[in-house]
Amino acid sequence: MNQALHDFGDYVATAVPRHVLSIEVATDELAVRVDREGLLRVLTFLRDDQNSQFKQLMDVTAVDHPDREERFDIVYNLLSPKQNQRIRVKLATDDSTPVPTASGVFRSATWFEREVWDLFGVVFSDHPDLRRILTDYGFEGHPLRKDFPLTGYVEVRYDEDQKRVIYEPVKLQQEFRTFDFMSPWEGMLQPRGPEPAPESDTAPAEEKG
Amino acid sequence: MAEPGVKPLTLNFGPQHPAAHGVLRLVLDMDGEIIERADPHIGLLHRGTEKLIEYKTYLQAVPYFDRLDYVAPMNQEHAFALAVEKLLGITAPPRAQYIRVLYCEIGRLLNHLLNIAAYALDIGAITPFFWAFEEREKMMEFYERASGARMHAAYFRPGGVHQDLPAGLIEDIGRFCDTFPRHVDHLEELLTENRIFRQRSVDIGIVSIEDALDWGFTGPMLRGSGMAWDLRKAQPYECYEALEFDIPVGKNGDCFDRYLVRVEEMRQSIHIMRQCLEQMPAGPVVVQDHKLTPPRRAEMKTSMEALIHHFKLYTEGYHVPAGETYTAVEAPKGEFAVYLVADGTNRPYRCKIRAPGFAHLAAMDFMCRGHMLADSVAILGSMDIVFGEVDR
Repeated sequence: MNQALHDFGDYVATAVPRHVLSIEVATDELAVRVDREGLLRVLTFLRDDQNSQFKQLMDVTAVDHPDREERFDIVYNLLSPKQNQRIRVKLATDDSTPVPTASGVFRSATWFEREVWDLFGVVFSDHPDLRRILTDYGFEGHPLRKDFPLTGYVEVRYDEDQKRVIYEPVKLQQEFRTFDFMSPWEGMLQPRGPEPAPESDTAPAEEKG
Repeated sequence: MAEPGVKPLTLNFGPQHPAAHGVLRLVLDMDGEIIERADPHIGLLHRGTEKLIEYKTYLQAVPYFDRLDYVAPMNQEHAFALAVEKLLGITAPPRAQYIRVLYCEIGRLLNHLLNIAAYALDIGAITPFFWAFEEREKMMEFYERASGARMHAAYFRPGGVHQDLPAGLIEDIGRFCDTFPRHVDHLEELLTENRIFRQRSVDIGIVSIEDALDWGFTGPMLRGSGMAWDLRKAQPYECYEALEFDIPVGKNGDCFDRYLVRVEEMRQSIHIMRQCLEQMPAGPVVVQDHKLTPPRRAEMKTSMEALIHHFKLYTEGYHVPAGETYTAVEAPKGEFAVYLVADGTNRPYRCKIRAPGFAHLAAMDFMCRGHMLADSVAILGSMDIVFGEVDR
C-alpha cells in the first residue's frame, strides 16, 4: 500500500519535474509538496493524466504555523473516483504573496478559496470573486489565524435607543481562561496504539493498585 | 436577454424565508422571471466551530460535530471519531462498529425523510411533512435510548461508542424496520406519480456527471447524475464491507432523480440495519485501553489506577501523535470529511471540516441560471442544504 503510494508520488514528481519538492506518505495517505509556480501544472496534470484522473477537488484549506517563515500551508485534497485514490497537494506561502487560483482547473475551488481568504487572509491571484464568505459583512481580521483571539474583537447587540444592532469591543464578564493541562507524566503522552497481542504467561502480571 | 437600457431586477431572497432552509440569503439578478445570476450569501450561522475545536481536547470536540448537520448528528461524529482513531492507530471493537453503522443508517433515514418532506413542502405538498416527522420522532427515540439525547448525542467517541445499547432496543429497532418500508411506500404514493410534483421537479436543475465532478458534488447529488460512487462501497470503513446493499443511481441528474435516489437509499438503509441487527456480535463497545477511554464506574470505586485514569482523561485528555489525516465518511448528504492535523498534544492543531453542502451550494449559481424563480426553490430543496454544516 505504502509502496504504491510512494511510486505514484514519484510518478507525479517525474511528470512535473522541479516543481514537486517532496513526497510524504503517512497513515496510508499520500501528500506532495509543490512550489507556487508548479501548483497549477501539478493540479492540471493530476486531473487530466490517464493514470491519475483526480477529477474532484474535495477541499481546499490552510494550516497556520506562525513560527515558520512561510506561515501558511495551503492544502488541496483531491479524489480520483476512477483510481479510487486520494492525494493531498500542499503549498507553503506567507500572508502577502498571492497564490495562483485553482478555480480555473476545478470550479469547486472558487468557494473553498474564498473561505481560505476569509479565515486566513491568503490572497489568491486571478480569482474571479474573492469576497469574504463566512464572516459578517464588514468583518475585520482573519479568525482562523493562530494570533486571532478565540473571543474575537467585537461583539454585537441590539441597542434600544438607536433601534439597531450595534458593534462594540468585546467585554468579557469573566477573563478568558485557558488551562495548561499538559502534564509531565509520561503515561498520557504515549497512547499504546493498536491492541498489543496477548503476552505469554511468562510476563509478570501487572499489579493493580 | 434584457433590452438595452433596462436594468435587471435584483431580488433578495431570505435570509428569513421558509424555503431558504435556514439562513440563506440569495441575491438573484432577474430578467423577468428568469434567473440570470444567483449569488448565495452564507455565513449567517457561522459559529467558528473549527476555531473552537482548536481550543478543546479531542473528546470535548465531539459535541461540536452534532451541531453541524443537526439533521443526522451521529454521521458527523463518525468522521471525527474515525480520524482520531486513525491517528491513534486504533480500531473500534466489532460490536461498536455494528452499533455505529446501525446508527449511521438511522441518521440517513432521518436526513432523507426530512429532505424529501421539506422538498415536497417547498414545491407544494404539505402532507408528507407531517407523515415524515412522525417517523423521525420514532428514530429520535432510538437516539435517546442509546445516548440519552434526541439530537445532540455525542455518542460516537474515538475508540468506540459511549455506552452499550440498553436491553430491548435491538428488538424495537427490528420492529421499526418491519413497519418503516410501508411508510416509504406511502410517501411514494403521494409523490412519485404526482403530476404537480413531477412538473416541478423533472428536468429541473440538470447536472451532468462531468459538471458534478468538477463542482465537487458527492452523495445523492452525484449519484443522481448517474455515477455509482459511494464511499461505503468504494472505500469501506467500519463493517460496511461485510454488509450487502445496492447503490441507487439516477439517469438524468435532475431534481426528480435525486429524489428517487434518496427514496431508494432509505430502503437500502433499512436493509443494512436489518443485517446489522442480525449480525451484531457481543463484546465490548469501546477500546479497552484506559489511557484512551474511561474505565467503568464500578471499577473506579475500588481501583486507584482507574480513578487516576478517569481524572486524567477528563482534564488533560489523551495525546494524539503528530500527523495529519483526511478521513471521509459517506454522510447522508455526501462526503463529509475531517482534515485533522495533530501536533502531539491533547488538542487538535487544526480541524478542517469538509461539509458536502458547502460544495453543493457553491454550484447554486451554475444550476439556477436560465431557470425560473420558482425553480430555484426546487433546486435548493433537492440539494439538501443544512446551514449548520455549510456555515460551521
